[in-house]
Amino acid sequence: MNLKNFKIDLSNKNKDLIPQILTILFLVLVIIYFTINAQDNMGNRGISFGFGFLSQESSFDITFSLIDYDGSHSYARAFLVGLLNTILVSSIGIFFATLLGVTVGIGRLSQNYLIAKSAEWYVEIFRNIPLILQIFFWYFAALRALPLTVDSINFYDISFLNVKGWYVPKFIWTNFSIFFYSIILATISIIFFSRYARKQRDEFGKQLPTFYVSLGLLVGLPLLTFLIGGVSLSFQIPELEQLSTTVYVYKGGVSIIPELISLALALSMYTATFIAENVRAGILGVNKGQKEAAASIGLTKAQILKLVVMPQALRIIIPPTTNQYLNLTKNSSLAAAIAYPDIVLVFAGTALMQTGRAIEIISITMLTYLSLSLSISVFMNWYNKKIAIKEK
Amino acid sequence: MKPSKENLTSFVIFGGFFIFISFLDVLLNTFLNLNFTGFLPSKLSYFAPLILGTIGLYFIRIEFSGNKLLDKINTNFNSTNFNAILTLIVIFTLIKYIPPILNWFFFDANFSGNSKEDCTGSGACWVFVKVWFNRFVYGMYPDAEQWRINSAFILLFSLVGASFFVPLKIKKYLLIFLLFVYPIIGLKLISGGDFGLKYVETGAWGGLSLTFIVSAFALILCFPIGMFLALGRRSSLPAIRYTSIGFIELWRGVPLITVLFMSAVMFPMFLPDGTYVDKLIRVLIAITLFEAAYMAEVIRGGLQALPKGQYEAAKSLGMGYWRMHFLIILPQALKLVIPGIANTFLALVKDTPLIFVVGLLELAGMVNLAKTNPKWLGMAMEGYVFAGLVFWIICYAMSRYSQNLEKKLSTER
Repeated sequence: MNLKNFKIDLSNKNKDLIPQILTILFLVLVIIYFTINAQDNMGNRGISFGFGFLSQESSFDITFSLIDYDGSHSYARAFLVGLLNTILVSSIGIFFATLLGVTVGIGRLSQNYLIAKSAEWYVEIFRNIPLILQIFFWYFAALRALPLTVDSINFYDISFLNVKGWYVPKFIWTNFSIFFYSIILATISIIFFSRYARKQRDEFGKQLPTFYVSLGLLVGLPLLTFLIGGVSLSFQIPELEQLSTTVYVYKGGVSIIPELISLALALSMYTATFIAENVRAGILGVNKGQKEAAASIGLTKAQILKLVVMPQALRIIIPPTTNQYLNLTKNSSLAAAIAYPDIVLVFAGTALMQTGRAIEIISITMLTYLSLSLSISVFMNWYNKKIAIKEK
Repeated sequence: MKPSKENLTSFVIFGGFFIFISFLDVLLNTFLNLNFTGFLPSKLSYFAPLILGTIGLYFIRIEFSGNKLLDKINTNFNSTNFNAILTLIVIFTLIKYIPPILNWFFFDANFSGNSKEDCTGSGACWVFVKVWFNRFVYGMYPDAEQWRINSAFILLFSLVGASFFVPLKIKKYLLIFLLFVYPIIGLKLISGGDFGLKYVETGAWGGLSLTFIVSAFALILCFPIGMFLALGRRSSLPAIRYTSIGFIELWRGVPLITVLFMSAVMFPMFLPDGTYVDKLIRVLIAITLFEAAYMAEVIRGGLQALPKGQYEAAKSLGMGYWRMHFLIILPQALKLVIPGIANTFLALVKDTPLIFVVGLLELAGMVNLAKTNPKWLGMAMEGYVFAGLVFWIICYAMSRYSQNLEKKLSTER
């Protein structure tokens, strides 16, 4: 009897073990096969696996960089430039995509027939055209139709738009660090104040004007640094300069290159359609009874929106929207198609061409994106747990 | 002076007059270049139609007027001052920008001729699209052999069409033929090499047909892989579960363009020296694995949404793992996630232009190539508008079809 049972147990265990062992064996064999081949191939080309090349001189230039960079810097520095450019265009894209997406999403629920229809068609049109085509359209067709440098479009004499890019005033700070610290201080005090306000509300039922105090802190403290902290800000306005009879350039100010403009435009307009759908689904997802219940206990319309509808709608909206932010960041790699120097173009493009170290460079690039994605999804899981309805 | 029901006619006439003037101003401004509010300060003149229109709409905003048309206008376009302003802005923008766009598209556009010099009008030069149309559809595929692509696609469409009408018994075999035999026939027909067909290398494939080929193959292949990955991720065997999780998260975490880069430069390093895998095959593998990871997550959503009772019922009937999944679980789970599957397919179609990174030119890539042709410089707008229109029609039709399918398959309980 005992023996029989033992046998059945063993066979069950075997049934579970065999596919697992086969899977692992298969994986290990594939990895060994690839490694051997890779070693062979690299040996034939006279390169050995390693990341030492990162500290070598890169000797190529990058057209647009947020930090100091030229050909004498290392490959690691070039990687950093690319990464920063990716982060720059993603943050711009995320900001405008959210703005546009929320507007369009609310617009789709408008009572106004025209607004609802326009919002719907905006979504249908921009969602169903490949992003890369939209980038091409803005870069090669729309922005190329802008005037030449000499007759730029003039925005109130401080900012100029032409085919070479968009020239905006440069901020010149004195004592920027004091200003920066004041903003951090303001943020911290806002957090403490809102905690205090919540405590007051929970314990004594007192409503403190959190919003106005926060706004006051956020505006007031930095303003104070201008008045007494010795912080000052001046603008360097771009000026037209004639180099020869036909060649004009803008000197001074900050130039935003057309690659960045078209990429940011396309990314935000494309992603906004998805965010709009999320926002719409979120607001529709709040039960009508919730609004009616809130109204029946005497909350005002603004209070209903702020205290009842939004917290529930946000719970539906935020997870898929974070996913869209992640998609936007990954989609920013399409920059390579129009030569915006992001991480893919700079590192997986130029640096790879020069060094020929395909395995190292592609792995670094993929790992960068992977760690970005994984960290956001870990954060998302934490956030989801935090805002999940706590049922008793 | 609040608008009321008592003086309905006078308020409507009064408001209508204001609205009429505001529209007249905009229309004259756009079509005849006349500005009869020009005597006002420039900013005020610019906003005059908006202000007049808002006042007019305010006067006709009378609730329960008894007039059906008026009530309809008020509830749909004019419920508050804010809505009134939005309505006016939308209408004025349409009046101002639709005519120039239509002019560019149709009325001033050039349709006849066969060179850039024939484009004399101020509108779009559709001659460019006409001349390059063959290339946009077939890429660099030799003209004399294009019947092969045509017949492959006609065969595909007739098979798909037939599968809608034949009885269920034959349908099963037709689907198996479509999924397992047809891809080989189609590929052989297009690439050639045997049966007296001239060999056409994949570098010459291109245009819209390549878009279809890539998306169709990736679509057929990524579905089963995604299904097994989804099952693997929910498996109770740790080795299989963690392998699936790792595989899915790896592909989902990186952009497709880096995957394609990998297939182009890194993948050959992993193969024995001297082996050459065709560019198109490598791209197909890369896109398939990439989309399979997304497909797996979508299918997993369906598996998770099924009530536990379904599993228990299947087990109590004595079904094993595979029978349970293929007969009970997957048919229900897949039905639940049709919108998600359709979205993945849509994303796949929209991702195909990215194959330009390995030098394969489908529609968008061909437009890129055509616009740099010295004889056709400055045609970027026409090219991209055409390509955008084609993609839009495909994707919009697909999304509509999936919505219908969802409605048809929903089993209300």
